[in-house]
Amino acid sequence: MHLKLSGLAKLAVKILTVVLLGGFLGATLVRLAPGFGVDEEELDVRLSNESIQTLRQAQTTDQNLAVFYFHYLNRVLHGDLGTSRTLQRPVSQLLAERMPETLKSIGLGLAFAWTLGLSLAIAIVMSRAWYLDLGASLLAGTLLCLPAAVLALLFVLAQAPARLVLGLIVFPKIFRFSRNLLARSSSLPHVLTARAKGLGNMRLLVWHILPPAAPQLLALAGVSVSMAFAAAIPIEALCDLPGIGQLAWKAALGRDIALLINLTMIVTLVTLVANSASDLLGQSFHRASA
Amino acid sequence: MKWARSIAIVFLVLISTACLLADFVAPASYARQFRDVPAAAPSHQHLLGTDDLGRDRFSRVLYGTRVSLLLAPAAALFSTLLAAVVGGIAGFGGGWLQRCVMAATDLFLSLPWLFLLITVRALLPLNVSPQVSVMITFTLLGCLGWAGAARVICADARALSQSDFILLARASGSSGFRLLWRHLMPNLKPVLYAQFWISVPVFILTEANLGILGLGVAEPLPSWGSLLRELESFSTISPQAWQFVPLLLFIATVSSFHLVLTKEELAA
Repeated sequence: MHLKLSGLAKLAVKILTVVLLGGFLGATLVRLAPGFGVDEEELDVRLSNESIQTLRQAQTTDQNLAVFYFHYLNRVLHGDLGTSRTLQRPVSQLLAERMPETLKSIGLGLAFAWTLGLSLAIAIVMSRAWYLDLGASLLAGTLLCLPAAVLALLFVLAQAPARLVLGLIVFPKIFRFSRNLLARSSSLPHVLTARAKGLGNMRLLVWHILPPAAPQLLALAGVSVSMAFAAAIPIEALCDLPGIGQLAWKAALGRDIALLINLTMIVTLVTLVANSASDLLGQSFHRASA
Repeated sequence: MKWARSIAIVFLVLISTACLLADFVAPASYARQFRDVPAAAPSHQHLLGTDDLGRDRFSRVLYGTRVSLLLAPAAALFSTLLAAVVGGIAGFGGGWLQRCVMAATDLFLSLPWLFLLITVRALLPLNVSPQVSVMITFTLLGCLGWAGAARVICADARALSQSDFILLARASGSSGFRLLWRHLMPNLKPVLYAQFWISVPVFILTEANLGILGLGVAEPLPSWGSLLRELESFSTISPQAWQFVPLLLFIATVSSFHLVLTKEELAA
């Protein structure tokens, strides 16, 4: 129990450090971004000199680096992620609207990728059918050579469900890794003995092949979330799915740095939590099986 | 799979030669417009037809492949060297240095690759000349793609620095830099080689993604990103199958890069 709590505390400290460092990095990028400290309202010809001076005065509070970092962190901690320059809306509002769409895409995509990848890997390892291995490897190899954006374009042309693209991007990595893991696991001496003693395929898989590979598979599950988020940008942008990826793309084209950095930080936080959760699960599984 | 590796190497040599000789092989400049024949079908004058702006597609494929095939390995070389310096020194130094560098690497790796890339890309000017946009794109790839490789190199350098031959070299009076340069680095070659070949297709794929999203190499200079972007204008009503030639070439090239490494080299 004590071990578990210390592990959790370590992970929490790690996440907090990464977020703080990331925030620091993000704030630096925001401050270095072109156009920082300039208000578009200054261009309004109807404004008097006094009004322009007042606007400039308001901007000078953030010119001091330390004050700027303090204000930035303070705002973020209070849930104020700023306002998007291009969309003229609060970032938190944009995130609340678009995050569910991305999470839905990622959830469906990952479910598809894992179902296809893991079941193919299991089928290959259990049946040892070379033609199945060759076919699946060729499919995975071809998909690995396709940029996510091209696959998204092809799905748009074929009018196929865009959410599947995400699954197809993640599938080859899941398939290759899990097939290698399960193949290694199935050649362990105790598995060979169990097979020689005539144990059924299902029992062999559930009791002898999957458990040694489970921690790594869980780690892969965490990493696959990060892969899915990265693939979401081109897919959402090209398939017109109103999610975080599309928002990031629009922000990049409009050079809306504040929005982009906040998006990157949020996505990093989500992927870190997913990775840490899978690590913890893997560790507890390892301890339980030991 | 030796035969597959041989075919991949021959294919890469052939395509690299054709691209390097693009000035002589290509029937026209990549930017020249044949305004009377936009979106034309393949013919003797235009082997792969022309694009919507009347530019010879075959020439654009040759020049675009040249851009990607020359600069992706250059970016991969840069990122591998960066990873070698960072990972090598951290692994050799050990202790707090290794912990600090690994923490920085962890931070870098926890940032989603494409999000980080487009954030940094957006910080730099978007409205630049094609040549500058090429340099920006591939320099960014080189600068941001080192973290994964550094981790692997650091672990290897750490293991090597505790090996017997390093201990002997140390006992013979070899100092820090000499030890690092003469004894450690040469033994890291297989890892560096593998990391380089792994990075090349990753960078080609990333450039293609950026190009299709309009954040890569600027027009009229072609790259695989801009060539594949043409698929956006593919019409199912009057399909032009030859529009897929750049895609097929792309798949063949990237898979050749994947096949170049043997299993032993990948394991290194």
